[in-house]
Amino acid sequence: MTPDILARLIEAKERRQLAVLATRLPDGAQVLLRQDGEALVPDATAAVPNGLPATAASAAADERSRQVVLGAESWFLHVHAPPPRLLVIGAVHVAQALAPLARAVGLSVTVIDPRRGFATSERFPGTELVTLWPDEALRSLGIDRHSAVVTLTHDPKLDDPALALALDSPAFYVGALGSRKTQGTRRERMRATGLGEAALDRVRGPVGLAIGAVGAPEIALSILAEIVAVRRNAALAARRGWEE
Amino acid sequence: MTDPATTDLRQAAASQDAPLDDPLLHAARWHAQGEAVALATVTATWGSAPRPAGSRMAISAGGRIAGSVSSGCVEGDVVEAAIETIRDGQPRLLSYGVSDDSAWSVGLTCGGTISVFVEQLGGDGGR
Repeated sequence: MTPDILARLIEAKERRQLAVLATRLPDGAQVLLRQDGEALVPDATAAVPNGLPATAASAAADERSRQVVLGAESWFLHVHAPPPRLLVIGAVHVAQALAPLARAVGLSVTVIDPRRGFATSERFPGTELVTLWPDEALRSLGIDRHSAVVTLTHDPKLDDPALALALDSPAFYVGALGSRKTQGTRRERMRATGLGEAALDRVRGPVGLAIGAVGAPEIALSILAEIVAVRRNAALAARRGWEE
Repeated sequence: MTDPATTDLRQAAASQDAPLDDPLLHAARWHAQGEAVALATVTATWGSAPRPAGSRMAISAGGRIAGSVSSGCVEGDVVEAAIETIRDGQPRLLSYGVSDDSAWSVGLTCGGTISVFVEQLGGDGGR
């Protein structure tokens, strides 16, 4: 791998762009391709086989790395999908516990809170902080299908606009901290803004799996367990434990 | 060390919000520090392999290791192969499985088979 390809792979990850690294086996000739199969870094010495762009685009579409035979050559198509992202609304105590736990399972974490007294690097070491209003922040970050959005502020001024944007996005997870009563009143408010039942049903609240969490770290664990369950399509994603 | 690629690597390696365990970031950092680096990548799996295709490990000439290509059963052998690749510049395609000759020493206990491609991080694409 050339340092140029390595730099571009890292850059693609930071920009949340998918890239496919095609490696010819066993000699290691490489071509870096975009999601649509167009070559970003064509190899200087290896001719790109005819079928490579289309095959790479297909691997990109289902996000599965695979080994393929093109002509008489064996190629490994390594799909580098952007890491799943956790967008947390509210630089609150639970968020402080959630950020490092989420990073540990490979989520890229951004905490959003316009209240600069809460969103400080002292409270969130190593975490990306955005001190815009949640709707502005989410608009500028963009919510893709690799994103989970969790609101933690309990303040409708901050939580509601964020949830409205999340429900209008392909986010794979949308959760809102708050009791059943809070969820009910929020649902009424958001229904009044014209959101449909199907959209409102996407909000997971009470948030997290019902593990009897007490205190911020356990609530964070409960939220993270649910995010993993949803992402991995586990049975617990549907049987959350809050029923009855 | 003024070419744009190297500068990009330094900046990327210094970025804080990326997951700390990404082997590529470690590889970039070691490379920026002037250390020779090899990358090992799972290219194919059969049966109950411990890590999927695309799992990656970075190995430095000084013996620093990040990431993994299995649950630990063949890592030692992959590191040795990576050091060889750093020495001779030659990429290697390794195969591990229970039926392998080296099964007793470095085979997969889970019964699966994996292929691992080892390449050098270098200006000529490792070739």
